[in-house]
Amino acid sequence: MNDVYPVLLVATLALPALGAAVLAVSPARRAGWIATAFAAAALIPIVALPFGHESPPPGNLRPWAEVKQSWVPALHLDFHLGVDGISYPLVALTGLLTLLCCGYTIWKAPDGGKPRTLLALLLVLETGILGTFLSLDLILFFLFFEVTLLPMYAVIVGWGGEQRRRAGRKFVLYTLFGSVLLLLGVLTVAVHAGTADIVALNGGGGLSRSTQYAAFALFAVAFAVKAPLWPLHSWLPDAHTQAPTVGSVILAGVLLKMGTYGLIRVGVGVTPLGARWAAPLLGILAAAAILAGSLLCLRQTELKRLIAYSSVGHMGFVLLGIATLTATGIQAALLGNVAHGLITGLLFFLAGAIKDRAHTGDLAELGGLRETAPRLAGLLGFAAIASLGLPGLAGFWGEAFAVVAAVRHGGALWIVLASVAALGGALTAAYFLRLLRKVTHGPVGTAVSPAIAGAEWFAWAPLVALTLAVGLVPTLVLAATSLPVEALIR
Amino acid sequence: MNVATLGWLIPGVPLLLGLVGLTLGPGNGGPRRLAAGLGIAGATISLAVTSELLLGATMPLEAQTHWVSIGAIDVTLGFSAHLAALYVALAVGVVALCVQIYSIGYLHDDPRYPPYAAQVSIFTGAMLLVVTSGDLIGMLVGWEVMGACSYLLIGHDRRLPEAPAAAVKAFLVTRVGDVGFLLGIALLAVDAGTTRISTVLTHDYSSGTLTAALILVLAGVAGKSAQFPLHTWLPDAMAGPTPISALIHAATMVAAGVYVVFRLYPLFEQSPAALAVLGVAASITILLGALSATAQDDLKRVLAWSTVSQIGYMTGALAVGSPAGALFHLLTHAAFKALLFLAAGAVIHAVGTNYLSRMGGLREHMPVTFWSFVIGLGALAGLPPLAGFWSKENVLAAAAHATDGGGPAPVWVAWLVWVAALFAVAITAWYATRLLLFAFFGLSRGHGPDGPDWEVGFDDARYTQPHVPHDPPGPMRWPIMLLAVPAALLGLAAYAPGFRTALELTEPHLGVAVVLPLVLLALGAGAAWWMWRAVPGVDPAVFLGPARSLFAAGFHLDAVQDRLVVRPVQRIARLAKATDEKVVDASVEGTGTATSWLGELVAEMHKIALPFAALVVFAGALLLTIWFGAAS
Repeated sequence: MNDVYPVLLVATLALPALGAAVLAVSPARRAGWIATAFAAAALIPIVALPFGHESPPPGNLRPWAEVKQSWVPALHLDFHLGVDGISYPLVALTGLLTLLCCGYTIWKAPDGGKPRTLLALLLVLETGILGTFLSLDLILFFLFFEVTLLPMYAVIVGWGGEQRRRAGRKFVLYTLFGSVLLLLGVLTVAVHAGTADIVALNGGGGLSRSTQYAAFALFAVAFAVKAPLWPLHSWLPDAHTQAPTVGSVILAGVLLKMGTYGLIRVGVGVTPLGARWAAPLLGILAAAAILAGSLLCLRQTELKRLIAYSSVGHMGFVLLGIATLTATGIQAALLGNVAHGLITGLLFFLAGAIKDRAHTGDLAELGGLRETAPRLAGLLGFAAIASLGLPGLAGFWGEAFAVVAAVRHGGALWIVLASVAALGGALTAAYFLRLLRKVTHGPVGTAVSPAIAGAEWFAWAPLVALTLAVGLVPTLVLAATSLPVEALIR
Repeated sequence: MNVATLGWLIPGVPLLLGLVGLTLGPGNGGPRRLAAGLGIAGATISLAVTSELLLGATMPLEAQTHWVSIGAIDVTLGFSAHLAALYVALAVGVVALCVQIYSIGYLHDDPRYPPYAAQVSIFTGAMLLVVTSGDLIGMLVGWEVMGACSYLLIGHDRRLPEAPAAAVKAFLVTRVGDVGFLLGIALLAVDAGTTRISTVLTHDYSSGTLTAALILVLAGVAGKSAQFPLHTWLPDAMAGPTPISALIHAATMVAAGVYVVFRLYPLFEQSPAALAVLGVAASITILLGALSATAQDDLKRVLAWSTVSQIGYMTGALAVGSPAGALFHLLTHAAFKALLFLAAGAVIHAVGTNYLSRMGGLREHMPVTFWSFVIGLGALAGLPPLAGFWSKENVLAAAAHATDGGGPAPVWVAWLVWVAALFAVAITAWYATRLLLFAFFGLSRGHGPDGPDWEVGFDDARYTQPHVPHDPPGPMRWPIMLLAVPAALLGLAAYAPGFRTALELTEPHLGVAVVLPLVLLALGAGAAWWMWRAVPGVDPAVFLGPARSLFAAGFHLDAVQDRLVVRPVQRIARLAKATDEKVVDASVEGTGTATSWLGELVAEMHKIALPFAALVVFAGALLLTIWFGAAS
């Protein structure tokens, strides 16, 4: 019976890749349905995976399901996949968001290139992202990390807004810069430890102190670009503003999570001494990101740009959780990751819907949405209130417990960081309320059609439901995380 | 089944029905009736369960289940209620039910009634969650959901341009307080390793941690309960529909802060410093609220400032070591303030304005409303034997008693609270009398300061018949009449031994101590009456002289807040944006530009003509040959 799980693991990766290949030869009319079918099919092994979960002996990183094949021994490259409590929620989120985006694209393909190509790119992206989350080999991790780069570039440049080329170029060059550092870090570790197996390397794997410091520094900058951590964030607003709706959803929903996931799995897991050494600096930067992100949001005048900047603040909370290097903090970070994926995914969907209807994203020209499109306004209100961290909804746990973790860490510095983060929470409320006031309240600006299409409900309803569900039952995300997190920070 | 598990229904049913109600579309007809049904059902069921538990169950009720563990911190999903909590839940349920019924009439022509009713349900459920939660995180959930609901409901009225701003202000100011609340809870939970309240209360904290945590919690309390300096949102919140004002002021929101201090009182007792902070804030709030109430022209704002002041009495009672007195006043206040707001809604409904200067002479046209106001204002001022007299007396007695020392709070705090509370008795009596006289007696000023809109002459068509105000229709009248009963009689509950033990209240003793507040009451009311007699039909507030505008503006604290907080934040945000664009992003773009420029430079260098290039290559070769030749 246990043999089925490695197959499922490979199927998770293979199905979207296969889907992309099929799309390349299939007729353009049916592309939407084919892509959606493959995205849905990829969800089946994802849903089945947790059943392979047996409680592992504590104290070690032990995936539920594992595939290990030697690939290029000279490079220490194994085809080593595995899933555990840390990666699973992100895997599920990736599968879900890709499915929603594919379904949404059937109904409304953004202007630009052919919809078929866009769908194929989404599936390739899914493969890359899932591969990143599932890899248990550093070199393989790096390969998948890179696989996502060009499809995302293509999505922005092919289907984006007016300044898409500039934004795409900035995105690809900036993140390539991060990738170079990641490659350096990965090779440093692999060469010094003689293996690239993340399970074997967990806890340092006998790396010397100075190697760990150097490797962590490389990892931290590489992942900080991806996450993004202030002040390495400036590719993000342009990319988001120009990307098509589905691109923004994937970008904010899961692509950024590769950075925070990498920091947890690789940064903290493989180079724990380095993490401990750099934790105060990381914490300070995270708190600065929270403040800077919220302050920047207060002055934004464009809907999608505002939401993009809000990611900077939210990722700040996630990084603060990680930087505390406590079980509480890392679990809060994992929750924050998933919650941000759900809520910001929803926010970008809604922003896209509003921009499509009003043909403007300028906050000054929008207004009175609750008069013209009450349901859309209600959903936007829900998403905004969830994003500002209302307890009982998904966003609360990650942010509140990042603060709790910082308090728990103790010491003057961390108490200050906790206070700054909590203050950032109030500022987050300030800019979201400003957003709602401009968009939903007030006199009617640009008229917006109130009808909501079935495909839109298809894309939004699961996110709304999950935001509420994760808020009420955070165990959904955290159920299997405590042992792997313990193993990580041991 | 454990009886306590039934307790989940108290907050659960209104929350669930509210969520269901939110999915209803706007519109009249079907959705409207369904929304009203859901709203009333939610309040009724939780009221019924509360009464059932209050009558039948043995106390205290505890039920909890594991919710989630985050790291080493266990969060439980807990229901926990003592008799006192159930009494508060009862008050919340009654007020919520009255508000739901009243709203059917008040919003009879509003197409956005369905989401409104659902939001009221969630608001009620959230407050009940705060009251009955056995866990700090559960309490925080209810606490913040209330903030969000208040935001939605205050901003409900689309006709008022100031409503959205008031809604944002209410949420933001309370949210700023919640920064402290969250940190305080974090400190308490981290030390105790759990967020379960019963464990937190018995945990042995170091005095430094405890005081820091409690003062941080007090920041949240000040925000929610509109205590100085975070009270500024409450008067503006009057932009919300009047039933919402009743809900916010009587049963939810502002009561939540007082209740949380009551719930955590075993911890507060151990920290004189935290109690001192609470006491100072309470004393300032009592006087600030009462003085500001004297000069308002807006009927609802008078009531809003009176709430600020009355909540100050409650926090004052807590500060001097009388949680029972605070809770008693909370209950009577819930009754008479809900009555006053619903009755104020009836007045506004009838005359179409909030302004006292446009009212007058309403007594004969609106007898039910008038008598409701008499009872409500009498209770507010502390007129025996109405409800407010007993509870206020209790607070004053507790403060006076604490001035002897021996209580948990420092003696000077007790003196401060006592003196402030006594002064405020006179001021309260003054503004309550002013409100009653100015709105209900004298001639109607419904046509503005120039009198009725007619001209001397023979043309009857130019004479506009003054609009005759009338008592409200049934759905609005019954809740008012229902609430008048506890507003008048609830104080006598202090003589019921069962009620007294539930709150751990001392028996009322009407000794000499009662004389002083009663004299002050008579002085205040008499002064207002004398001023009204001296110049009939003119606002007694003119006698305040130059202080009038200061009081009317609430001591200009809004402007102070704007100058000290809002504008600096905006300025910093502007700076942050400029830095982000001109430094952070510009350096990234600059790197790109510099690289392109370097590329062009090198490309330029490659464009030199072939003969010269060949020459350079040969020269280089020669140079290297000589170099290595010399070296070897």
